[in-house]
Amino acid sequence: MSPPCNIIVAGLGGQGVLTATDIIADVARRAGFDVKKSEIKGMSQRGGSVTCDVRFGVEILSPMVPLGEADYLLALDATQLEPNRHLLRPGGATIEPSVIAADKLPQKKMLNVALLGALSAHLSMTGQEWLEAVGAAFDPQFLEANRQAFLLGRASQNKSVHATVPAA
Amino acid sequence: MDDGNKLLLSGDEAIALAAWQAGVALGAGYPGTPSTEILENFSKLGGHAQWSPNEKVAMEVAIGAAFGGARALVTMKHVGLNVASDPLFTVAYTGVAGALVIVSADDPGMHSSQNEQDNRRYAVAAGVPMLEPSDSQEAYDFLLAAVNISERWKIPVLLRLTTRVCHSSSLVRPRTERDTPKAASFARDLKGRVMVPGYARLAHRRLRQKLAEIAEWNEHCPLNKVVPGGKSPGLITSGVSFMHAREAAPECSVLKLGLTHPLPMRKIAQFAKSVERCVVIEEGDPYLAEAIRAAGIPVEAKPEMYRFGELDVARVRRILRADTTPEPVPPPGKPPQLCDACAYRIVFDTLHRHDCIVAGDIGCYTLGALPPFEAMDSCVCMGASLGIGLGLRHVLPPDQACRVVSVIGDSTFVHSGISGLVEMAYNPPPGGHVVVILDNSTTAMTGHQEHPGTGRNLQHEPTGRVVLEDMARACGIRRVQVIEPRVGSDAFEHALTEALKSRELAVIIARRPCVLVARQLKEYEKQCACQENGGVCESAV
Repeated sequence: MSPPCNIIVAGLGGQGVLTATDIIADVARRAGFDVKKSEIKGMSQRGGSVTCDVRFGVEILSPMVPLGEADYLLALDATQLEPNRHLLRPGGATIEPSVIAADKLPQKKMLNVALLGALSAHLSMTGQEWLEAVGAAFDPQFLEANRQAFLLGRASQNKSVHATVPAA
Repeated sequence: MDDGNKLLLSGDEAIALAAWQAGVALGAGYPGTPSTEILENFSKLGGHAQWSPNEKVAMEVAIGAAFGGARALVTMKHVGLNVASDPLFTVAYTGVAGALVIVSADDPGMHSSQNEQDNRRYAVAAGVPMLEPSDSQEAYDFLLAAVNISERWKIPVLLRLTTRVCHSSSLVRPRTERDTPKAASFARDLKGRVMVPGYARLAHRRLRQKLAEIAEWNEHCPLNKVVPGGKSPGLITSGVSFMHAREAAPECSVLKLGLTHPLPMRKIAQFAKSVERCVVIEEGDPYLAEAIRAAGIPVEAKPEMYRFGELDVARVRRILRADTTPEPVPPPGKPPQLCDACAYRIVFDTLHRHDCIVAGDIGCYTLGALPPFEAMDSCVCMGASLGIGLGLRHVLPPDQACRVVSVIGDSTFVHSGISGLVEMAYNPPPGGHVVVILDNSTTAMTGHQEHPGTGRNLQHEPTGRVVLEDMARACGIRRVQVIEPRVGSDAFEHALTEALKSRELAVIIARRPCVLVARQLKEYEKQCACQENGGVCESAV
């Protein structure tokens, strides 16, 4: 059985960590994978560190990414890279805010969607599947702006793929 | 490959959906991470859901509904069951006419709690059946099973969850039909429900008889399952630990227990005998290992160090290796803090500058204990700030006693601070006492739920309001002041210093809406005013 794809989403309370994780889980569900996500949100609105785990593949057991087995670390805040780097497997990739040209974002708070765009370039799901999941997560009036943010992130990865991409 | 019948649901959402489909007539509870979303989602689906002032009242409301023949649900976090334990122990005796499912959401590792007590102990202590789901599908299935067990044996059932079941999402295939349970109707059973000693002695025997029957039924219950595999070792597990164990040791055979009280001891003995070594993989207390060993079945328990915190795949691997070397310490994240614009910052800054001895309480404002304020000296349980402050006042030398202040939030005050205030009026310390009620018009810590002090119900609709200052005066406190803590205003500092100096019993209500929901609260107020106006409301258009 092929191993699951393991993603950690990290950031600070209020940055949209939970929403980004929801979207990854939703796109995996839409693509027909088994999927689990786990979040710790008691303190999420008080500016503290928030990390979420999302895993998808043929069959997912534990809802938490085992220590040192994350394929991707998606950091919505640069300060959250180092505290979470130990979760990555050897050769795992980081997706960090610096890959996004912040001045080109339709809105500053859409950084999470742009980073999902960057992540999407590494995964097997189609751009269309991603856009459907992004669209379903927000009010329709922000659809176009979120689409732009997503595509901005997706385009950012053409030149810089540092990762060994897993099968999923 | 997309399967439209599968929903991605958190454990809490799955329980709400199952409760709705089971025709649960009433869901009551008090907000508490990680249980809060159950009732919120049950309400969204159309269920009758309500926040009670505290878990004890919620439990009693649910018991009433179940005495009336309805299917009832009551939800709380693990420490909430301490508050509700008084009715729990005796409703186990009386039993119910309809169904009563009690959800206890435990928090191993204390992501958002003051302790990591293992509420499986309550099932044993009170004598109620207990189910432990391992993911959202089982959360859904086990709620339905809990309703059936409760109705079949007329007994309350404990559905014991943990953070990683409540707040993890996984795919759920729900059934399509919705039950239409029998309509609620009162049938008198005086000897069964009036627990005076003569009747209660009989009720206790009935309870033990029910548990014996359920234990027998559990021997062949489909809620327990065996995953075949290798015999060295075989694993016995329950709840989310099953998932970690399967991933850590896919080659091992597993006995996964779903109905974990009363335990199916013959089934367990048979499994233990079928393997060369048998290891119990469980989070928290060694509840299963102790019970199984007490029944004379030889099993290995985890080393003591794994009693602390959550289990995960890595820790289960260590348990299986009997590895007791120190575990790696994860790098520290950024701790949470009071929001930049939080009005409570002014309060804690003032308490800090006046070198107050602060008996604190449970809520966002517990963050006042962290730097830069460090203006909280105790936090034990909901409502404890009043009693602890009073106890300190009674025994400390005068130069210390005069600096003691109790600090409690609005929702926590309604939950269990009111009786502390009665205590203050009844047994006043000689130097008086000062209580600060931090009123941000919401239950902020758990995600901004309503409470009786907001005058809005779970659905944010207008309802009766407990006015905190009126309540304080009614308890016999004469010095009651309401101030607004604002940057640039010395109203709070002035009120505090005057109250401390007065040596009287004083309540200061520091009232300012939570900055995170101030706009939303205004919107609710507008809607409330509109509804009270008979639906005439221009501004709400």
